[in-house]
Amino acid sequence: MKYSYFPGCSLKGLGRAYEESLLPVMKHLGVELQELDDWNCCGATAYMAVDEAKACVLAARNLALAEKSGLDQIMAPCAACYLVLNKAKHYFHDYPAMKATMDRALGAVGLHYSGDTPVRHPLDILLNDVGLDAIKQKVEKPLKGLKVATYYGCQIVRPYATFDDQYNPTTMDRLMEALGATVVHYPLKTKCCGGSLTGTLPEAGIRLVYILLNEARKWGADCIATVCPLCQFNLDGYHSQVKAQYGGDVLVPTVYFTQLMGLAFGLSDKQLGLNRAAVPFKWRPVLPAEPTPVPAG
Amino acid sequence: MVSIKQDIRIGFYVCHCGHNIASMVDCPEVARYVERLPGVVLSRDYKYMCSDPGQELIQKDIKEFDLNRVVVASCSPLLHEHTFRTAVAAGGLNPFFFHMVNIREHDSWVHTDRQEATAKAKALARAAIRRVAFHKALEVKQVPVHPDVLVVGGGIAGIHAALTLANAGKKVFLVEREPSIGGHMAKFDKTFPTLDCAACILTPKMSSVGTHENITLWSYSEVVKMDGYVGNYTVTVKRKPRYINEDLCTGCQECVANCIYKEPKFTDEFNEGLGKRKPVYIPFPQATPQVVLIDPDVCLNFKRGVLTDKCKKTCVEACGDRKAIDFKQKEQLIEIKVGTIIVATGFQAFDAKRLPHYGYGTYPNVYTALEVERLVNASGPTAGEVILRDGRQPKAIGIIHCVGSRDKKTNRWCSRVCCMYSMKLAHLLKEHTEAEIYNFYIDIRAPGKGYEEFYDKLNSEGVHFVRGRVGEVTDWSMTPEEEGKLVIRVEDTLAGFVRRIPVDMVVLATGLEPHADAQDVRRLFNMSCGTEGFFLERHPKLAPVNTFTDGIFIAGCCQGPRDIPDTVAQAGAAAAEAMVLIDKGHVEQEPNTAYILPDCCGCKSCLPLCPYTAITFDEATRKAVINEALCKGCGTCVGSCPSGSIVQNLFEDEEVFSEIEGVLAD
Repeated sequence: MKYSYFPGCSLKGLGRAYEESLLPVMKHLGVELQELDDWNCCGATAYMAVDEAKACVLAARNLALAEKSGLDQIMAPCAACYLVLNKAKHYFHDYPAMKATMDRALGAVGLHYSGDTPVRHPLDILLNDVGLDAIKQKVEKPLKGLKVATYYGCQIVRPYATFDDQYNPTTMDRLMEALGATVVHYPLKTKCCGGSLTGTLPEAGIRLVYILLNEARKWGADCIATVCPLCQFNLDGYHSQVKAQYGGDVLVPTVYFTQLMGLAFGLSDKQLGLNRAAVPFKWRPVLPAEPTPVPAG
Repeated sequence: MVSIKQDIRIGFYVCHCGHNIASMVDCPEVARYVERLPGVVLSRDYKYMCSDPGQELIQKDIKEFDLNRVVVASCSPLLHEHTFRTAVAAGGLNPFFFHMVNIREHDSWVHTDRQEATAKAKALARAAIRRVAFHKALEVKQVPVHPDVLVVGGGIAGIHAALTLANAGKKVFLVEREPSIGGHMAKFDKTFPTLDCAACILTPKMSSVGTHENITLWSYSEVVKMDGYVGNYTVTVKRKPRYINEDLCTGCQECVANCIYKEPKFTDEFNEGLGKRKPVYIPFPQATPQVVLIDPDVCLNFKRGVLTDKCKKTCVEACGDRKAIDFKQKEQLIEIKVGTIIVATGFQAFDAKRLPHYGYGTYPNVYTALEVERLVNASGPTAGEVILRDGRQPKAIGIIHCVGSRDKKTNRWCSRVCCMYSMKLAHLLKEHTEAEIYNFYIDIRAPGKGYEEFYDKLNSEGVHFVRGRVGEVTDWSMTPEEEGKLVIRVEDTLAGFVRRIPVDMVVLATGLEPHADAQDVRRLFNMSCGTEGFFLERHPKLAPVNTFTDGIFIAGCCQGPRDIPDTVAQAGAAAAEAMVLIDKGHVEQEPNTAYILPDCCGCKSCLPLCPYTAITFDEATRKAVINEALCKGCGTCVGSCPSGSIVQNLFEDEEVFSEIEGVLAD
């Protein structure tokens, strides 16, 4: 199993804990990742809202580079990258005018995009290519007793629900259960984290953050597991504002699902970027009291 | 090229059909053009050919101009071929010297360029002129109609159709898949808008079916095969084993009371899974036939449906001398002959789990409407008390309309009954619980006798109506009032803002859709389905209970969603249509059948191809023989005969080839 790996800006910046945990976890499972050479902005952020053509061209360049690399699939861990790359692919196939724009721009720099390369999310690869059984076999320190609220955010299931249900995704739930954790009921799985509203319209953004955190606390979650750097940033970084707006601490830590996988695989904390969060996640798995009996002989 | 025969005298008529044809086709120009074609003696355009004067015109012309062929260019032959053939016959010609050209459905209605449409009409007319020259005089044959009727499906539609026919003295076979007849209606508590008790009006009809001397009721049975043609169908019915001899069972239910399982513990289908039953059971108190059945999937005397004989069989003991229990009962196939068939197989309710944002299956207090019918019913699992799955009584209830209806993501159609049954349930729930009730609707559709008045009544009873499609049913709360409740999030499109309404119970007004196996049933009875999967009527307005197969009729929700009054009316219509055939006693058969020429080499390649098993092999002459009564004129054998020895009336080579030449000529 080898994939072209498109980190995007987040995994090299604010969301570096995601990359720091993703890479060792994938390696541990025997999944080879080859970082895309000379990648550029995926086209998310403001581009998509301001000028779809520019966003699609940016995404297309990455897709074309991935094809050129010779690997037939591209993995995009950041939810925003995942969405934009898929959207560009959709536009390429369904909107001839946009395809022409993309072809022209790529042609100018000697690149070509065929439209075939599948854009995959790590959750998709973990469940459908690696498989839960293989993952279970790698668990050394089961996350027994850890109560997780699985939070998918909006972008990996909408509008393209390629590997999970649009309204009630369950891939991360199944993964967490395979690691030994308990998944709590969390009715806000795919609700808005506030996106960029936390910066542009804080009152509305902070309200959404508060709702997500408060609900996780209510259902007894020890942490929120996320797949998206922006979700992680919003849920982790605005606790003082939440406190100011709603008069009380809601200190539920938010971690990447890959960090929890790393803990279950017995990788060291330092490898997993757990030190980077504003609200520290202190829970650690304890080894089973009785070691598994070794068969005689 | 085939040339026009010398003695052919064709009369041609092009119909304006008001504006239907004349607005897109230059009819006088078509008439002028056809007049010059070889063999044409006269050519006219006329406003309405199907009118009495139009038909009389044909008759008069035949005599006056000594016509021996007639062509009319107008609408679809489905509508008026019969009309014109009759007119031609009245004029003294064999009706098969007539040919019809469709320049409405095939031309004027589907084109937007007048010049091109006119050219197409000319080409189609030219083809018909060339073909009709080769038409031969043919005779219509009469085939007797078997007087017995098969009714498939024992819901209110099948029950009403069967009783109507039986009361008229016809013998009826009523086949029902479930252990009892009654269908969905038997599950309802009250019926809208009159609020009369569903059981009170249905059960007398059910017991009439059970005791009627003219009705043979086969419940727990399915039709597995149908052969033949109008008036003469052969049907195979599979009778599933219920492990009870129906003739010996008295319905005393001693066996149920004495089952080794002291308490009922298996899902009760009739109560939509809200109650429990034993392995030996009767579906509901008024079940017809009033006999029990044994579920081999859970009965201890079986293991995974296979007889093990390991139970103590306390039921057999209780049955005693009646000896009605028969664990060795096997599936039985019965073949019957009928002349007509009424298909009334009903609908299935939309599966609410397909819309996970409404929480059915996730939140225990989200119910489907059918579950609520059982919940408010005195014979239901709670004896009519509205107690939620968590044991509480609801103080606020939300009813969500259009679940799986009017939705591009699931089913696009309006299910027609949900607005009304939602309001009925609102009324009943209010009566039972005094809860606050909210209806969330897109539009209120109450177009029936007394329906709008019922809506008014609900408004005056203080039931709330919120116009808006619900976004989600959830349990995340923002205020103390919402804690522990189900919250309905909806954009109130009249108030103009998003509301969160906390309730204790949610009712999903699930829509009606075709049965999952509707396509199998369609194939079984040689019917068609519309795009949405309901069985297709022959004409949406003028032949609503007929199908495209003669002698097969449809009634009730298998044709499309409808309420009880409409279903009963349609079932009566289907029964009447069947009686038309039975009382007439015979059907006329189109003579477009195939026949074998003496050159047949006896290769038998046509035999397995015939879908109607109309071809046999005569060992004496070593040639194939076609049974005219069975042949439906599909032409499969004609095309496949390697020696060209099969000919089909009205589709002989020279007829078809000259028609093709005509349409392609300039």
